[in-house]
Amino acid sequence: MAHWIEACAVDDVDEEDVIRFDHGGRTFAIFHAPDGRFYATDGLCTHEKVHLADGLVMDHVIECPKHNGRFDYRTGAAKGAPVCVNLATYPVKVEAGTVFIGLD
Amino acid sequence: MSSSDKTRRDYSLVGESTRRAIETGLASAEWYHTEVPRKVMKELMQRRDGPAIRDTLLWFALLIGSAAGAIWFWGTWWCVPFFFVYGVIYGSSSDSRWHECGHGTAFRTRWMNDVVYQIASFMLMRNPVQWRWSHARHHTDTIIVGRDAEIAVMRPPDLLKAALMFTGLLDFRYALPGLFRQAFAGLNAEEESYIPEMERHRAVVAARWHVAIYLATVAGALYTWSFLPLMLVGLPRLYGSWHMVLTGLLQHIALADDVVDHRLNTRTVLMNPVSRWIYWNMNYHVEHHMFPMVPYHALPRLHELIRHDLPAPNPSMWHAYREAWPVLLRQLKYEDFYLRRDLPPSARPYREEFHALATPTAAE
Ligand code: FES
Repeated sequence: MAHWIEACAVDDVDEEDVIRFDHGGRTFAIFHAPDGRFYATDGLCTHEKVHLADGLVMDHVIECPKHNGRFDYRTGAAKGAPVCVNLATYPVKVEAGTVFIGLD
Repeated sequence: MSSSDKTRRDYSLVGESTRRAIETGLASAEWYHTEVPRKVMKELMQRRDGPAIRDTLLWFALLIGSAAGAIWFWGTWWCVPFFFVYGVIYGSSSDSRWHECGHGTAFRTRWMNDVVYQIASFMLMRNPVQWRWSHARHHTDTIIVGRDAEIAVMRPPDLLKAALMFTGLLDFRYALPGLFRQAFAGLNAEEESYIPEMERHRAVVAARWHVAIYLATVAGALYTWSFLPLMLVGLPRLYGSWHMVLTGLLQHIALADDVVDHRLNTRTVLMNPVSRWIYWNMNYHVEHHMFPMVPYHALPRLHELIRHDLPAPNPSMWHAYREAWPVLLRQLKYEDFYLRRDLPPSARPYREEFHALATPTAAE
C-alpha cells in the first residue's frame, strides 16, 4: 500500500515543466503536463544518472539534458537511444493545492 | 610530477588509460556549467521546426541543383565547380546535420530529425547506430583519454595524418572498410565498449544497408561503364569533406585533455556566415558542450548570455589555427603540453583539482 509524501505545491511547477524533489535519500522528478495533470518519476536518467529536472518537457516527453534521451513521463517508457531502460513512475494525487507522490 | 612519471596516453577504449580514467573519477564525472536561470534555459531549449525545415530545403536544393549541374556538364571542365559545391554539401555539411539531428535538437518533430540523421549518416559513411553511441560517450567524457571515441588529433600529434584529413582519404580509408567489417563480421571490442548489447544488432543491420547501397552504386557504375555514379555516391565523402575537417578540427585541438571543464578543452570560434551555415553554428562549441539540448539556431543567443564566464572566442578560423599550430609543434616533443585558456575576471574558476591531476604542463 502506497504512503503519500508531500512533494511540492501545485504552483511550484509551471505547466509543461518539471522540478526535482528529494526525499529519503532518493531523488524524483515531478511533472506538470500541458493538460494540467501531475506525474512523478525517478529523478535520474536511466542512461547516466543525470537529473532529469534540468531537461526539457515537451508535451508528455522529458528530454534528458545530457544526451537528449527521451522518456514519456506518464509511463516512464524510454523512447529510443541513448536511453534503453524505462524510468520508474509513481502515483500522484493533488489535494488542496499540494502534490503528493505515493511510495511503497 | 614530471612527464616521465606519467602513464603514457593510451587512446584505446579498453586499455590502461581507460582504467585510469575510471579510477581517478575522470570518467562520467560531473562537468562544469555556467549558471543560467531555469526560465531562460527553458526558453533557449525550445524546439522549433521552422529554422531547420528552411535550412534543410536549402540543403536539398543545393545538393540536387549541384548534382544536376555536375551530371549535365559531366565530361567537361564545367562540372568541376558543381562537384565542388556538391562535395561540400555532401561531405561536409552532412556532418553538422548528422550531429544536430543526432542530438534531436534540429527539428521539434521527431521523425524529421530521424530522417535527416539517417541521410546524413549515410553521406558520412557513419553507422547511424554506432555513432549515436560514440557521440553520447564524447559528451560524457569529452577528450578524456581512453574513454572518448571521437578524439580527432591525439598526442603526440601526427601532423601528416592531420593534414591528410583534409583530403578525406584517411577517414574514407577507415570508414568504408569499417562498414564492410560491421556488415559481415560484426562489431569490434572498442565499439562494444560503448554500444549496449541490445543495440548491437541494429548497428550491424544499419551497416548492411549502407554496404548494399554502395554495392548497388558500384554495379551502376559498371553497368553504365562510367565513374559518374561513384562521383555522386560515396566519393564526395573523400573530395568534399575538407570543410568539415577545417571547422571540426578546431573543436578541441591543442587544448587540455583529461579535464572536466569544457572551457578548458573546447573552443568557440567566430566564423564567416557561409561556414556557419555549413557548420550549423557548431562553432559555438563550448556552449554546445555545456548545454547540448540547446538547438543550433539558439547558440548565438546562448553565447551572448554566458560569454562572461567563458574564455574569449577566437575571432576567426585563421586566428584559431595560428594559436593552435605552435602548441601542436611543441606537443611533438612534450605531449603533456597544451594551451590553457584564460578566463575573464568575472568567470567562476576551474576545478583545479582535476586539472592538476591530469594535465601538469600548460602553455603560458
Ligand atoms: S544521461 Fe540521460 S540520455 Fe544520457
